[in-house]
Order: sequence, then C-alpha cells, then structure tokens
Amino acid sequence: MASELIVDLTKTFPGRITIEVNFALPLDPPTVLILFGPSGSGKTTVLRCLAGLEWPERGVIRFNGQPWVDTAKGVRVPPQQRRLGYMFQDYALFPMHTVAGNIAFGLTDLPSAERSSRVGEAVRLLQLQGLEGLRPSQLSGGQQQRVALARAVVRHPGLLLLDEPLSALDLPTRVRLRTELRRLLRDLAIPSIVVTHDWEEALALGDHMVVMKDGRMLQKGTPQAVFNAPTNAEVATIVGMETVLPGRIVESAGGLATVDVAGIKLLAVSEEEAGSEVFACIRAEDVILEPLGAGAISARNRLAGTVRTITSLGALVQVEIDCGFALAAVVTRAGMEELSLGPGRPVIAAIKAGAVHLVPRK
Amino acid sequence: MNWIAIGLTLQLATLTALVLLVIGLPLAYWLSFSRWRWKFAIESVVALPLVLPPTVLGFYILVAIGPHSPVGRFYTTLVGHPLPFTFEGLLFASILYSLPFAVQPFATAFDQVDRRLVEASWTMGLSRLRTFVKLILPLSTTGIVTGIVLSFAHTLGEFGVVLMVGGNIEGETRTVSIDIYDEVQALNYAGAAKTALFLLAVSYTVLLLVYGMNRSVREGRLALLSLQR
Repeated sequence: MASELIVDLTKTFPGRITIEVNFALPLDPPTVLILFGPSGSGKTTVLRCLAGLEWPERGVIRFNGQPWVDTAKGVRVPPQQRRLGYMFQDYALFPMHTVAGNIAFGLTDLPSAERSSRVGEAVRLLQLQGLEGLRPSQLSGGQQQRVALARAVVRHPGLLLLDEPLSALDLPTRVRLRTELRRLLRDLAIPSIVVTHDWEEALALGDHMVVMKDGRMLQKGTPQAVFNAPTNAEVATIVGMETVLPGRIVESAGGLATVDVAGIKLLAVSEEEAGSEVFACIRAEDVILEPLGAGAISARNRLAGTVRTITSLGALVQVEIDCGFALAAVVTRAGMEELSLGPGRPVIAAIKAGAVHLVPRK
Repeated sequence: MNWIAIGLTLQLATLTALVLLVIGLPLAYWLSFSRWRWKFAIESVVALPLVLPPTVLGFYILVAIGPHSPVGRFYTTLVGHPLPFTFEGLLFASILYSLPFAVQPFATAFDQVDRRLVEASWTMGLSRLRTFVKLILPLSTTGIVTGIVLSFAHTLGEFGVVLMVGGNIEGETRTVSIDIYDEVQALNYAGAAKTALFLLAVSYTVLLLVYGMNRSVREGRLALLSLQR
C-alpha cells in the first residue's frame, strides 16, 4: 500500500460547526502539510482527530496502510498506540516536572540509560542545555516552546502534529523560532502537520497546504500555488497575499536585499543573507500602476509589463500584469479608467522595497 | 469517658476513610472524565446522603441488608450471622453515608486538572491508568487528602444511621455519639461532657489540618466548597 497518510472525515459539533475534510499526505520522503485558516475553521479539530483525542462520526484515517480510524469497521486506535508527537498551542507542559522531567515523561518504558541518552539528544537538538533542572514557570515563552517541541520529538514519532507552534510568542521571537523550526523539521525528517493562520509560517514551513474555513476545505495544493492561484475570492481573502514568487537573494547590505526572481531583480527590506532561497511576497494593494514615461518616483522597484487580465472586485479592480512573472495589483475603477488599462496595455508597476516581504524557504 | 466507644469509633472512621479512598478514586475519576449524558443521575445518587435524613438512609440500608433481602440472606449464608447490628454492617452503612464527603472533593480535584495535560500524557504513550497515577494523582493530592479527612471526620459524628443499622451494642456498634446520648438519657452529664469534649477536640483538630493545608492551595478550598455543589 502507498506510503501515505489518508484523512477523510466528518466531525460535527451540534449547533456549531460541521467539519469535513479529505486529504492525503505522502510520507516518503517526509513532508510538511499546513492546515491553514482563520480561527474557528476546524483546523485544530482535524489535528485532534489525527491524534485520537477527538472521534469523527464518519470517516477514515489511515497512516502508512494502518487504520487509525474507520467508522464503518468500528476501528478506533487510541492516541497511545499511534506513536505521535503532539504539540499543544500553549504547550501543556507539566508544571510539577522539570524540563528534563517533561521531556522524559513519555519514555517510562525505556531502560534508564536509554532514557537519559534520548533526553540528552532532545536537549541538544532544541538547545536546552543548562535548563534541564528548571520548571516551566521559570522559562521564557521561547524556551517553553522548545521544551514542548523536545517533548514531542523525543519518542521518535512517526507523525508530528503541531498546533499553532509559534502563535503564543511575541513577534521577534516568532520570526527567530520560525527559522529554527524550519531547520528542525528538515533535519528530523518526520512527516508533520502544522496548524497555523499565519501566511509566513505556511510559506516557510509547508510543502503542502490545505485551506479551511467554517469546517470546509476550500483548497489544497503547494503553498505557492494556493497563494498565487486561489480558487475563489474566499481563499484569496483568507491567505491575503496575492503574489508569491520563488527567488534567491543575490546581494544583501544595510538591511536591503536584492532578490533575483525569474531573472528580474527586486529590492526588499530584509536581513536575509545573500544566497538564501526565499519567497518574495507582494500584496496586490501595495502595487502602484503608472503609465510609461512617468517621472522619477521613490518606489525602488519599477517593473515594465503588460496587462494580462482585469477582474472586477466591486469598487476595485484586480489587474494581472505580466512583467517577467505574474504580478497582481489592485486599483480603483477610476484609476483604471485614467490609465485606460486593458489587456495588452503596457504599464509600469512600482513597488516599495518595504512592500516586498521575503520568507525564507526550505 | 467511654474508651471502648472511642476506640470503636476511631476504628470505624479509619476503615471507612480507607475503603472510601479505594472505591472513591475510581468513582470520582469516572464522574470527572465520563462524557456520558446521564452522568448527572449518578452524581445525584452520590450526593444523596448529603440531603437525606440519616434515619431515612439508615432505614433503607437496614432493609437492604436485613435477613429478608437477597443481599442479607447471601451475607448470612456466607458468614453465618446477619449483617445488621454488627460492626461490619455499621461499616457498610458508614461507607454509604460518607460517600459524598470523599467522592466530591476527589472529583473536584480531578476536574481542576487541565485536560490538555492529560491529553498530552496520552499522546506521549501513557495509558489512562498510568496517566492517572503519574499525572492526575500528584496534581490532586490536596483534594484527595481533603476527601479522606472529611469522610473520617464525618463518620466520627454519625448518629442516626448508626442507631438504625448498628443499634447500641457495647464494643460492637456503640459509637461515641450513641454513648453521649446514653449518658444524657441516664442524666450523667459529666460523663457526656467529657466524651463530647473529646469528639469536639478531634473534629476541630481534623478541620484545622484540612484548612491549614488548604490555606495556600486554592484547589483544596474549592474541594471543600464542592460539598455544596
């Protein structure tokens, strides 16, 4: 049987929401799936069904050919027998245990030498050296997050489930730990499912992405495909980032980075080093359109292109421009008429360096 | 002071508290963790001794364990004598009578345990039993001690149930409270006063212990409050 995780389930919370999802995650080589959506969309419930903490009314969960849930056959494998690593949104660390005690909590079946070597390995991996004897209340948010991750990976799980792993952190810590988490997931090579509502996390961590809202699955695909080509306006609103382009930083100095995207150079505000693979992300409302031959402006990125399509968004119109890559821009209807925009029309797209967001890639 | 009655009462209270620890913990776990929709019906049964007049409870227990009931007949064939008006019968009645005083503090303590910690333990491969022993019990110690102490103290002072089920047999079923009643009936106020003072001292000491322990521990006080839930 194919080496994959198959999820196809319905879970109802009477009077509130019905969650219906079906997706598959290839396990070999291990990849990371992002469950993406606003809060209340049912992402965490899907994760809890995968962990065996919640039981769907109908459906199948099969991991590597082994059924975990099959409502038709009455199969219900408890969480203890799924060999999981689960990380709770606010970590759920055991307050009465030390860092080492928390990490070792699930290793009671191992001989003590093996147990301490496993704890040591997890402590090194998550850089928790020197904190082993402290209790969770004595740790910073970032340290607690790393303890929770250490606890989730120490049993060498077959599947890693992370519920909003970075959302409880302040912004600077979140940005730093996002990079660490990306490296960790790559080094561990454990199939993982990450719940998030943060688009940067989705792009930085994900190989696959499932977009959810109100319990429904709106779209699935690679993160880049979902961001660039949302199947409908609802998905576009949820992901909130219209242009996502793979590129490589060719130069970085003084807080500014030059990114090569399909042979075109974009200037972005970023501390990323030269040579890094990144996604360059541009919101449609941050793109300014001007006619050819206009004078000097302050925007650092000026790209010549031609209008490909125009889509009405009510008072606004979304213009897709071909400037070596596909770029989405949003302008008012009046602006469109003033520039006489139409398919085939040449135009200059201006983007401030600060409006080009760089998200490091795997 | 009637030392035989005091010894018997302490023995009864200790045994009641111990038995309630053994049967109360699993019952409280079930009450706290079950998602069964009719759970409240069982919760109400457990709380019944709090509101039922002891004589009513005693009457039903007497009938239930008496020689005309199947339980009573079974016990008689097993042991050779009937259950009512024996120490064992009294112990059985005390266990039922003090059940809520053990189970409710236990259950409230379990309710206070963050469910995500319990779920985290399950996902880390620990069975429900091991999660209970390694995680839930250590986090519930205050509530468990409160339950044991309260059921002990409550058994010390029972009167109506004892009279109905145990009667008044020296060295077998005559507890301290029955003894005090006897002394007063015999107009021996000095004897009653000494025994009463002893009971007061023991009860106060026990409560000092519980409240002292709960002083800095919030969930313990909640466990006490839970008696009114």
